[in-house]
Amino acid sequence: MTAKGTRSVTESTASAELVRAEGLGLTFPSGVRALAEVELAVAAGEFVAIVGPSGCGKSTFLRVLAGLIEPTAGRVTVDGMAPDQARRRSHELAFVFQHPTLLPWRRVIDNLRLPLELGRRKGQRRATAEELRAALRRVGLSDFARAWPHQLSGGMQMRLSLARALITDPRLLLMDEPFGALDDLTRQQLNEELLRLWQDRRWTGLFVTHNVAEAVYLSQRVLVMSPRPGRFILDVPVPFDYPRGAELRGEAEFARLTRQISERLMERAA
Amino acid sequence: MIQRALRFLADRLLPPVVVFVVFVLVWHELVVWLEVPPLLVPTPARVWGAALEHREALLRAMRLTGAAALCGLALAIVVGSLTAFVFSQSVVIQRGFYPYAIFLQTVPVVAIAPLIILWFGQGFQSVVIVAFILSLFPIITNGTTGLTAIDRGHRELFAIHNATRWQVLVKLRIPNAVPYLVTGARISSGLSVIGAIVGEFFAGFSDRNRGLGYLIQLSHGQLRTAYLFAAILASTLLGLAIFALVTWIGNAIVARWREA
Repeated sequence: MTAKGTRSVTESTASAELVRAEGLGLTFPSGVRALAEVELAVAAGEFVAIVGPSGCGKSTFLRVLAGLIEPTAGRVTVDGMAPDQARRRSHELAFVFQHPTLLPWRRVIDNLRLPLELGRRKGQRRATAEELRAALRRVGLSDFARAWPHQLSGGMQMRLSLARALITDPRLLLMDEPFGALDDLTRQQLNEELLRLWQDRRWTGLFVTHNVAEAVYLSQRVLVMSPRPGRFILDVPVPFDYPRGAELRGEAEFARLTRQISERLMERAA
Repeated sequence: MIQRALRFLADRLLPPVVVFVVFVLVWHELVVWLEVPPLLVPTPARVWGAALEHREALLRAMRLTGAAALCGLALAIVVGSLTAFVFSQSVVIQRGFYPYAIFLQTVPVVAIAPLIILWFGQGFQSVVIVAFILSLFPIITNGTTGLTAIDRGHRELFAIHNATRWQVLVKLRIPNAVPYLVTGARISSGLSVIGAIVGEFFAGFSDRNRGLGYLIQLSHGQLRTAYLFAAILASTLLGLAIFALVTWIGNAIVARWREA
């Protein structure tokens, strides 16, 4: 399994490649090495999960991909461009944070609309009321358009945060442990909804989590990151077909794969 | 419905009323028992009598002092917000000017009030300026904090979507500052009344402008202690009223979206 699991990253991305990192390194001014020699290639439309011990640099890596942090070594491209360039040229990129990061002074519908109001592009696409309503319907928030964020439950806030990230129709969605603060049942529901949204539009997804079962359930392959300085040490394909239902979590093969990755993670962390 | 209203009254109103009644009774008993001369401490009944006797002067004074305090407070909110905005735009400016903003807080207002009278003349405008100076600092500090203490996630969200500096200001920093400014205004509401009264100590000596500060000095000068007590009581009530007003307006602005 291991030999098959660690397939070459270039092989899988001969077709349209959206994200590439080569020899990527990041050393903070304090001297702390967060990332070293990170190699990654993600094809357009792929759903990839990244797991790793806490503090290994998973979140930092996503921020480099989003152009929020400049790497200090190597290079990274999104659609052939530097991330901040890709970000500026169009709404190619969206980010879902660990917290819902809703603006408390905006109603649900106005939070949803926010990304469309930002940026300096002329003739920016304005979403019609119908489009906004459809986006709310897709995450089950139709009845809450006029509510304030604090009136929503944690799971609903996260759904809104997801809908907001997708409102610009991005090609790349970066997710930084978005469901980490939710209870298990809500997390599973949101996993299923997230897959539905992905199958709907087929954006490219990079999903950081420390929950191996969640990573296996969602993704087409799971990348395992080493402790700091982080780099990818394992690339495990997940063979299950989509659409994936809740019953997948009960299957033996699912449990075996989850256990296998968890064990490798433990080995490395020890 | 009526039961709930009664319950609310019993829960919220009863304790302070009981404290008040006990306080007045103890006050009365102590004055009588220790035979304190009315010149030093009048009984509650005498204070009440003085308040009734001078109610017109007291009410007029409350209106005048209240108007001066509110004008000073409003001016402080405008000037303080603008100052906070300038501070939030540049760390260098903030570092350069902040020590002098603290000056506003540390300079004894009693000491500079005569100067202000000298510059702006006897009367209402000088009282407003003293109230303004005393109210300004909490607005500046709270406003600056509100404009600069932005949640990291919100900052990154705006960066991801390529927000311009202007959009960050209008759609993130300013709305973020509103609750902070409301808190600042609430702190300053009490200070504005204090400022107005202190201002009147120095600027209120004319027949037309008889504010609470003037009445306090007048009654003190004439050793009419019961009247002095009544004036102090009126000052306290005025402070409470302005605090309640500012709190009410502030809640109306913020409460709908404040985290429950």
